[in-house]
Amino acid sequence: MHLRDQTIPPLLSVRNLAVSFGGKGDRAAAVSGLDFDLGPGRTLAIVGESGSGKSVTSLALMGLTTQSGGRIDSGELHFRRRDGSVVDLAKLTARQMRDISGNEISIIFQEPMTSLNPVFTIGDQIAEAITAHRDISQAEALAETRAFLEKVRLPDAAAMIDRYPHQLSGGMCQRVMIAMALSCRPTLLIADEPTTALDVTVQAQILNTIRDLQQEMGTAVIFITHDMGVVAEMADDVLVMWRGRRVEYGPVGDIFKRPSHPYTKMLLSAVPKLGSFAQEPLPRRTPILVMEGDIPTLVGGTHVQDTANYATPLLRLDQISARFDVSHDALGRPTHRVHAAEKISLDIYPGETLALVGESGSGKTTIGRMIQQLVKPSGGSILFEGRDYDGMSTGERQKLKRQIHSIFQDPMASINPRRTVGQSIAEPIEIHGLNKRPSETNERVADLLVKVGLPADSASRYPHQFSGGQRQRICIARALASDPRLIIADESVSALDVSIQAQIVQLLMELQAEKSLTYLFISHDMAVVEKISHRVAVMYLGQIVEYGPRQAVISNPQHPYTRKLLSAVPVAEPGRAIDRTLVAGDIPSPMRRIGDDPVVVPLREVTAGHWVAA
Amino acid sequence: MTTLALSPARLRSASFLSGLREFLKHPGALAGTIVLAAFVVCAIFAPWLAPFDPSETDIGMRLGPPDAITWFGADIHGRDIFSRVIWGARYSLPVGFATLVVGLIIGGTFGVMLGYIGGRFDAIASRIIDVLLGFPSIVLAIMVVAVLGVGLVNVVVAVAIAEIPRFARVIRGAVLVAKQNLYVEAALAMGASSTRVMFLHILPAIMPTVIVLGTLNLGNAILSTATLSFLGLGAQPPAPEWGAMLNSGREYMRYAPWTMMAPGLALFLAVIAVNLIGDRLSEVIDPRNARRR
Amino acid sequence: MAFFLRRLLGIIPILFLTWTVVFVVFEFIPGDPVSLMMGGVPASDEVMANERARLGLDKPVLERYASFLGRAVVGDFGESYKARQPVTQMIREQIRPTLELAAGGLVVGLGLGLLLGVLAGLKPNSWLDTVCIFLALAGGSLPSFWSGMLLIYVFGTVLAWVPIVGSGFSALILPSIATGLFMAGDFARLVRSSIIDAMKQNYIRTAYAKGLAPIRIVGKHALRNALIPPITMLGIQLSTLIGGAVVTENVFARPGLGTMLVDAVLNKDMPLVQALIVYTTGVYVLVNLLVDLLYVLIDPRIKYARTPSR
Repeated sequence: MHLRDQTIPPLLSVRNLAVSFGGKGDRAAAVSGLDFDLGPGRTLAIVGESGSGKSVTSLALMGLTTQSGGRIDSGELHFRRRDGSVVDLAKLTARQMRDISGNEISIIFQEPMTSLNPVFTIGDQIAEAITAHRDISQAEALAETRAFLEKVRLPDAAAMIDRYPHQLSGGMCQRVMIAMALSCRPTLLIADEPTTALDVTVQAQILNTIRDLQQEMGTAVIFITHDMGVVAEMADDVLVMWRGRRVEYGPVGDIFKRPSHPYTKMLLSAVPKLGSFAQEPLPRRTPILVMEGDIPTLVGGTHVQDTANYATPLLRLDQISARFDVSHDALGRPTHRVHAAEKISLDIYPGETLALVGESGSGKTTIGRMIQQLVKPSGGSILFEGRDYDGMSTGERQKLKRQIHSIFQDPMASINPRRTVGQSIAEPIEIHGLNKRPSETNERVADLLVKVGLPADSASRYPHQFSGGQRQRICIARALASDPRLIIADESVSALDVSIQAQIVQLLMELQAEKSLTYLFISHDMAVVEKISHRVAVMYLGQIVEYGPRQAVISNPQHPYTRKLLSAVPVAEPGRAIDRTLVAGDIPSPMRRIGDDPVVVPLREVTAGHWVAA
Repeated sequence: MTTLALSPARLRSASFLSGLREFLKHPGALAGTIVLAAFVVCAIFAPWLAPFDPSETDIGMRLGPPDAITWFGADIHGRDIFSRVIWGARYSLPVGFATLVVGLIIGGTFGVMLGYIGGRFDAIASRIIDVLLGFPSIVLAIMVVAVLGVGLVNVVVAVAIAEIPRFARVIRGAVLVAKQNLYVEAALAMGASSTRVMFLHILPAIMPTVIVLGTLNLGNAILSTATLSFLGLGAQPPAPEWGAMLNSGREYMRYAPWTMMAPGLALFLAVIAVNLIGDRLSEVIDPRNARRR
Repeated sequence: MAFFLRRLLGIIPILFLTWTVVFVVFEFIPGDPVSLMMGGVPASDEVMANERARLGLDKPVLERYASFLGRAVVGDFGESYKARQPVTQMIREQIRPTLELAAGGLVVGLGLGLLLGVLAGLKPNSWLDTVCIFLALAGGSLPSFWSGMLLIYVFGTVLAWVPIVGSGFSALILPSIATGLFMAGDFARLVRSSIIDAMKQNYIRTAYAKGLAPIRIVGKHALRNALIPPITMLGIQLSTLIGGAVVTENVFARPGLGTMLVDAVLNKDMPLVQALIVYTTGVYVLVNLLVDLLYVLIDPRIKYARTPSR
């Protein structure tokens, strides 16, 4: 095996692992025939999309398979303990496993907030992990806890000990989890999608922390992820999983340069790479690889997306603000409010894709909701084709809803599970009385389904019978049903696997060219934004800090926050120099005391159409 | 295109049948259904099933113990307890059911209104509901009987009124949850009217809650009405109502325990049957499972 | 702290609303209060009018409402029609046995409910779960007056283990069981689903990953979280308990507020009914406040929810 250094015996050696889930009748294999080795202090990335079995593998290593309802059918998990003895983790009793888990092998999970117990303090939970494995007093354990909280660079570690998880942000909770996992100085750390739920700047900080501590403590890491950018930055070796099997295994450089399995090729081609369109002023559709059965096939052609028309704006946001009161004193008077949007001014032109980027709490979703009349602005005005919302009659506002449609992040939640796909797609048609006869509506629904790449007879089925990507296609079909001018896509591709994501982005771009649609593309993912958008607006704490043509904003960022955001994005290119000097610091909360209003920083034009807050 | 219109309905009836099968697979639910069905048969066919007239007195039989003729014994007036228990199904089941329907319709309407309209109206009304929930429902019912006077019909009204705050509160909660669904927001964003959203998206979403709530409360309704009759506030002697029978039997409990055995057992069985059904129903159509199924 | 202040201030409108509801309801009661008071004994018009003036019934509605509220604040609800005593005094004399019964019922209900609920919730769908949940269901389906009668017959009459009447501790055992059984059923089911829910949470997975012993995971991490929902329901459970006490007192022929209430309703002794309802609500509100305090002790998220710190 090319990975094994003959002089050093491996820390972990997995042979022929098979894990299955389900009851007697419907038992399904989640992992089968998995082999790999991991040397001490090395980092192995296990990559795959949802359902590939990558997380199941980590559960098996932690002895958590039974607890999560599965069963290890076969295989050996040879683990070299600190004392040099080698044990098979699959054959240990629960009691023997307890000695190892949390002590020699530990794990951090995807959801840091819910992985900590809400009713115990941080200090208590970490100290518990220490005292479970070492014979020391509670006071000594708390002293160590403090030391580890400092190690993971949590500010004010002494005070942190008495805090509860809900008082911490997601990034801070993940640091606590890391401190807890490393508190017994394990030889193996499993990181199961540890940054997936976090903002990109926080992700960069957490990755730095893991890398630094790994070096300091000599811990081997198994990094489970779907993000090829994270793989490129973190891994020594890579194992690609697909449908429960290993399809590719090797050093990170080889996998990225010379992928041998078709699935790996497809995966790598689907990953948007930040900076890959730096030389092009307009977005461009490119052919994408799609797995048809086991064979990757190229779909689509190359088209420059020259759809935008910058004569008159379709939608104009003029100094709009949104504020929400969030906490009240004993008499019910508001004391704090969230400033979700502060004097935002933006024009959206017909046929363009305007990307609104920002991290959680930046207020980007609120902007979309105001445009859709779901939230009333606290100030300012919105104009559609030059007409102010406030000046419209109820009937006109209702008609406007036909022109503006949205696609949400979670396709399952945004379609009524009790109605058929056809009924859901027909809903805008019925609401706006667009077709007189039911047969016309049925034909239109069938057309729309075909247009978004689904069989026409899907109409009579229910949403749960479709996969995540297909459901998002249904949502797109529904969004198109009333022939709208503007579509608000709020994180519409964020929850999808990269290969599906690439297809949906492709579809959105095709539809834009065909129907000259305008998109407000709300996203936190800079790489996807670079691929799809004509112009980009960056939001930070309810304000726009920079906006302009995509090329200008991404290749020549002016505002410090834009630079920070861009430098935090992991790029799927192993060996690329990482400069993380910019990413330090947490984002402050958009919640402020009443009376303490934020200063609205005016924008200044640096080059044609490129505006920066200064 | 006819197939397109037909198949959802077919699909739904198929899922109903499979749901029913799933429901009856549980031994408790099966037992509950059988027992409840038996009581319903008793209520309908009481005149033919009961061996004696429930109000026919026989001085010679006073407090007679159970034997081959009077299976459950006789009461102080020598009436056949078995016959009276069978006739009693005619009181408790319809009365419990009527109570439930009245309470559910009024409470449900309130709950839907509060949850859907929201705002200040909801805030004030919810406060009042909280106050009403503060009264133990049996005390609230007693209070209503105090106003309306003693009698079985008044007990129905009283227990129904006492249940209204609870129904309103639960259904308001269900509507609030349903309103949170992203698909409701999606419908509103595309311009759907309130009525459309209400009938197409919210009411279907809260139906499982209503069904489960109703079944779980039918047992309570039967118990509460019987309790009021036991306290002498509801059905009056000589009516063969189970609660009233227990009330008149309590004095002779020492010498003739059978006077309290059969009516109490009947009441207990009826309530536990309904509760078993409700319990299983809530498992099969738990709103939380609805998405997965 | 603002949280407690808000809760305390929140009591005022609740009490006010209760008093208003009670006042309005009794305004609509058919029948003339004075003739009710006379117990149907015919009296001369002059006597009637005097009585009316003495009770302030000749004043306009709003004025009577104001004076009712004023007297309610100091706990004065007038005189019983029947006993011709201040009702507040009557209630004070009878409140002790009812509180004892409610406390006894609470102990039985909580104890039994917790036991059944925890046993059932630990291994969902095991035989132990099936047995426990059936017992809980049966407890919740038992008419408390019938279970009371059965207890009296079996333990008081046939076995003669415990006294049926009296005021000592031993006389409290059977009534407490009869009252508590009903509550135990509901409570057990709540505890069960709450434990099952807690065991599915991510932090339990973390606890396993730390290498903790199962007993510690269940006893510390799961139970502490699982108790939060049942505790929030304790307030409502208590109102069930008071309702149960009304019935149990009747069955066991115990003195107390329940017996008093049923008698008052049957005698149409309106001031007494009014006062009893107001007192019941007062107790309920007070207990809910205590439950809130308990809730804050067990769930740190409440205490800090109002003080944004992030």
